[in-house]
Parts: sequence; structure tokens; C-alpha cells
Amino acid sequence: MKKVLSGNHAAALAAHMARTQVTVGYPITPATQIYEVLAEMKAKGEFLGEFIAAESEHSVMAALLGASTAGARTFTATSSHGLAYMHELLHWVAGSRLPIVMVDVNRALAAPWNLWTDQTDSLSQRDTGWMQTYCSTNQEVLDTVLLSFKIAERVMLPSMVVLDGFNLSHSYEPVDIPSQAEVDAFLPPFRPELRLDPDNPISFGALTGPKDYLRLRRRMAADMAEAEDAIDEAGREFGQMFGRSYGQLDAYRCEDAETLLVTSGAVGSTARAAVDALREKGLKAGNLRLRAFRPFPAKALKAFVKPGMKLAVVDRNYSPGAGGIFAQEIKAALYPRSGVSVHGYVTGLGGGDITIELLQEIWERVDGAPKTDPVAATWVEDAR
Amino acid sequence: MPLLDDDPKAYPRVMISTRSMDENLTGNWRTLRPIIDAKTCTGCNICWKLCPEACVDLTDKVPSIDMDYCKGCGICVCECPAHSVHFVAESAS
Repeated sequence: MKKVLSGNHAAALAAHMARTQVTVGYPITPATQIYEVLAEMKAKGEFLGEFIAAESEHSVMAALLGASTAGARTFTATSSHGLAYMHELLHWVAGSRLPIVMVDVNRALAAPWNLWTDQTDSLSQRDTGWMQTYCSTNQEVLDTVLLSFKIAERVMLPSMVVLDGFNLSHSYEPVDIPSQAEVDAFLPPFRPELRLDPDNPISFGALTGPKDYLRLRRRMAADMAEAEDAIDEAGREFGQMFGRSYGQLDAYRCEDAETLLVTSGAVGSTARAAVDALREKGLKAGNLRLRAFRPFPAKALKAFVKPGMKLAVVDRNYSPGAGGIFAQEIKAALYPRSGVSVHGYVTGLGGGDITIELLQEIWERVDGAPKTDPVAATWVEDAR
Repeated sequence: MPLLDDDPKAYPRVMISTRSMDENLTGNWRTLRPIIDAKTCTGCNICWKLCPEACVDLTDKVPSIDMDYCKGCGICVCECPAHSVHFVAESAS
């Protein structure tokens, strides 16, 4: 059944259809609607999970840590400063190997105040041990929430589903909603091997020395590596059931392209239109969209690129003193592979429009550039 | 070089313990000891409510604090409305 949904509504509906058992929330623009929808469903008796309103985002994640340790399927949503306030607990959850699923609606961090989309909030949580997937449409938001529970519960790592503030969260698109029976067949109930149980008391997360700590992190590394396969396998299974397949990467018209736009999030769908416009001019353009950011799809990326390719990486994020974060990670993943040059473009920070025209201009600039790897990011904005 | 070359997945994802947390006597962290003045205590139970270690006992009219677990955080000292809880140095007691 197709319905016209905002990105936030699609996220809430997916959490409901995943039969989330405990959700804890604290409102923040532009993610609040996700909670409003779940609260409304709870009031009507449709949402059967526990719904807890916490006093802060730090408490949200602490409450979910407890609920997930007790064996519940858990969900929350936040944005920007709310996510930043959770930071300490994000480490606790990942280290405790709890498959909590959280939607982060991208929004710029202050100062100065800014409500609009910017990926620096989620990318600042890069090293917490959470998986991260960036969505380009509202359909992908719904599908990725369902996929994330499946993948997270297999590898026992928490998963962040990321969508652009307003550009997706408050924009309405047709979304194909699977039936509850189909979702149940794809996503069986969460049955952890270990959980808090009064009949079998055990304690978790007690003090460990360096020998165990190193090995626990090494186990996490092995499970992150498995997650790369888990993302592709779950995406294929999803495709067989629902007709929409997903992987770590999403390539559009890349077959004979030598210069690619490399994008993430909603910019990925704008880039398809830019590629179509460039192709109409007879130019061999393609778009490579990164869905997965953690685990970073380094293996998939290495297998995808060909010597001589030029990558125009569009970063709606910025690491002060370094540059665009996707560009840095892509360079690191491809080093020292010769013949692929990576060109970083920082744009659209704090919600600036990244238009079809601007993406064409970025592509044309990189396509004409010598095949050298620029060190510094190029800053651009759409002045139209 | 002592490389870690065994299968990382042979190692558990989390460390658990079956030992009871009762054994974890956090009272030995304490440097200041809270003392309740029975003469001014009103029995309002706020110390019991706010104790993060849940080690205030209400069996008697005047609460007692379980020194095996009290870390000496001082929340009861700060929050007692009657100012009936006072710190004394452990070395003095």
C-alpha cells in the first residue's frame, strides 16, 4: 500500500512495524515528529511497546541501555545537540553490544543556532561503535529502519539511521508500506543469547583490564567487518521480499563513467538528476552514493573504482582543521591505489541548497581537472 | 612480534560476571562519613529517596546508613532539609 509520508513519519511507522518493545524519547527539532507519531499510536492503542518520555537525551540512551540489556527491541530518534548529549552513552551501548536502532535527523550544531540539515552531528559520533546508514528518500528511511534491526541483531552492534533534516524529515513522498505479515516474516522477534534475567543473575560491563579490553575491541572489529556482509545480505533478502534491494553503495549510471559524483543522504537523489542532465549533454557522468558510513565500505569501494577515475566528493559536513569527512575516509580507503583522484567539495553546511546545477558544476570542474589529489577541500555554494 | 593472530570471534562480545554485586563493597571508597543527628532528624526520608547507592535503611524512626556500600557522595548531607546529616572525616571516626 502506498501512502504519502514525510521522512519522520516513515521512520515512526517502521519502528512501529518492527514491533519495537521499548521506545524512550526526548523532543528536538527536526526529529520531534517521530515521537509525536509514536505517542499518537500509543494513545490509540496501536503501538504496543513501552513509551517513556525521559528528562534528557542522556537519560534516553541510558534507559534504552537497560531495556536492551533486558532483551527488548528498542528504538529512539534524535538530532544535533540531542545526539551530542547522548555521546557518552553511545559508547556504553556499543561497548555493551546492544542492537539499539536510532534515527538521527541531521541538523547543524551550534554555535550559531541553526536548525537545518548538516551531517556533522552524526559524523561526530563516528568512533562510538555505532553503525551508520545514510538515506536518500523517505522510502529508504522506512526500509532502512527495518533493515537496521535485522543487521544490528545479527552482529550485535547498535545502528544509526540517518536522514536529512527538513529535506527528508519534513518533505512528503510516496512510500510503499509493506504489510505487517511481511515485516514479521523479514524481522523475527529479538532473542539475545544473554540478557538481564532475575532467575539467572549476571552482571555486565564490570571493570576489565587491558588484556580483555583489547580483545573486546578486536571482537568488535571482527563484527564490524561481518556487518559489511550483513548489510549486503540483508539488503538482498529485503529485495527478494519487497522488490527494493540495498547495499553499502548505490551506483547510478556509473558503467562507463570516469568522473563520479560521490554523495550521501538526500543529495544522492539530487545527484541522480544532475547525472541525467550531464548525460543529456553527452558527458559520461555517474553518481556513487555511500549508504554505509560505519562500517566504512572500504572493500566495496576498492572493488568498485577503476584506475583513472576521478571522484568529486560532496560533503555536507566539515571537520575543522581537516576537511570534508566523507572525502577523508574515501582517500584513506583508497590509499595507496594509484590512478584514482579524490576531490573534496564542502557545501550546503547549515542547510544550504545543494542543487542539480551546483552538482553539475562540481562534476564539470573535477572532470576537467588534472588527475592530482588536492589536499584541501574546495568550498562552494549555490548563489542562485 | 606478539601478534594477536587467533580468531577474534573465538573471544566473547561482552564480559559478564556471575558474582553478586553484594561483594562489591563500595564503602571502602569513602573518605567522608555521613552521620545523622537523631535529635534533629524529622524522619522525612529524603535521604533514603535520593541516595544513589540505595543504602539508607528506614527500619527505625531515624534512618541508618549502610557503611559497607555508602561511597560518601554527600547527597544526603546536601539535601537534608533539617540539616541533620553531617560529614566527619573517616580518619576521625
